[in-house]
Amino acid sequence: MTDAGPLMPRRREVHPVPYWPDYKTSVPRSPNLPLLSMESTMSEETGPRFGHSVIGPLDNNLILNYTQGKAPAVGERIRMHGRVLDETGRAVPNTLVEIWQANAGGRYRHVKDTYFAPLDPNFGGCGRTVTDENGYYEFMTIRPGAYPWPNRANDWRPMHIHISVFGHAFGQRLITQMYFEGDPLIDRCPIAATIRDRSQLDRLVAPLDMQNSRPLDYLAYKFDIVLRGRRQTMFENRMEGM
Amino acid sequence: MTQPLDMLTETPSQTAGPYVHIGCIPSFAGVQGIYPEDLGLSPFRDGAKGTVITITGSVFDGTGWAMRDAMMESWQADAAGRFPGQADADPAVSGFCRFAADKDSGEFTLRTIKPGPVTNRDGSVMAPHISLWIVARGINIGLNTRIYFGDEDNSHDPLLARIEQRPRVDTLIARPTDAGSYRFDVHIQGPNETVFLDL
Ligand SMILES: [Fe+3]
Repeated sequence: MTDAGPLMPRRREVHPVPYWPDYKTSVPRSPNLPLLSMESTMSEETGPRFGHSVIGPLDNNLILNYTQGKAPAVGERIRMHGRVLDETGRAVPNTLVEIWQANAGGRYRHVKDTYFAPLDPNFGGCGRTVTDENGYYEFMTIRPGAYPWPNRANDWRPMHIHISVFGHAFGQRLITQMYFEGDPLIDRCPIAATIRDRSQLDRLVAPLDMQNSRPLDYLAYKFDIVLRGRRQTMFENRMEGM
Repeated sequence: MTQPLDMLTETPSQTAGPYVHIGCIPSFAGVQGIYPEDLGLSPFRDGAKGTVITITGSVFDGTGWAMRDAMMESWQADAAGRFPGQADADPAVSGFCRFAADKDSGEFTLRTIKPGPVTNRDGSVMAPHISLWIVARGINIGLNTRIYFGDEDNSHDPLLARIEQRPRVDTLIARPTDAGSYRFDVHIQGPNETVFLDL
């Protein structure tokens, strides 16, 4: 029954501000009018489920999945791992986690990316997995390179991995980015700066996790993700079967 | 001092960026061979009960430009108003679809089953609608809205009733064009700014 119950209201103040002039594209792409707030309904409290059956054996290994194991991608080998929890601290099991990223040179395999760093013929740049019964997930990948982008005259994105998580309710849907401990570009990034609460931005910076690295093979970075929780109460009726 | 609440805080959102297609719909982005097919290609399969409909539209930014890079997800009930996982839900309706604006025209198309009215936990009934989530470069936290239908009775819908400025209700209503076809445009800013939801 952990999935029953209304979603806790989203705390908008812990999220980025939609309008942030230093991130120029946000200026015409942020609503001007207030959002319409109300308690979640069935439409937000339910959501799509994707089982382990949709996941192929190499889906969470970006070093190998583009060549289906024939040749590894170039770059610093890393393991990215952590848990998906909700605001009440409960694990979110069996939920889809998807990631995408630039290659070690900072180039995406995308028609719109014209940066002159070369494509890696052995790197596609996406992966996915489903959390286990304890909400745990992991990926093997390479550390993405920083890259320049057209914004202010000389803006560079810090090294980052994009992450998409479903949860069990459509209202829990979240896309975010993981940054890397020690990257000096984080504090210069206008996209990172859309998060005004420094402690919240810190939560997107994955620490180096030597204890979970493997000698002579890969470094580990730990990244936990927290989704919106659901209000549990004895006093509200619940629909059967949900 | 008090007892600690022991609550965690939601992880902050960040923009999906210009390359969201690589992660979510890689085949669409030209990254082929990793997955057999993109996730959420269709919200239903053959045999689904109800009427097949097509919704076409664009997501316009504050300058009136149809965004070429927007990615959307939809979530809905089946023709009887039941969500996947609920008792008696139509097994041929997954309810979930992922789709993107065309990179040249900026137009999207959602082909789906027309959903039925949904009964909430408190017994209130929502008019038929599709939940829509929009992400793109420049959108720092995904935008939630809903698609209602101009040829349905929307007069008692609890969400639409909450909209104080009545002309804004129209921003959530898909306009019938041909039989089984609807037009639904999203305006992120401007005089016709779509009602976005915090729920
Ligand atoms: Fe990026």
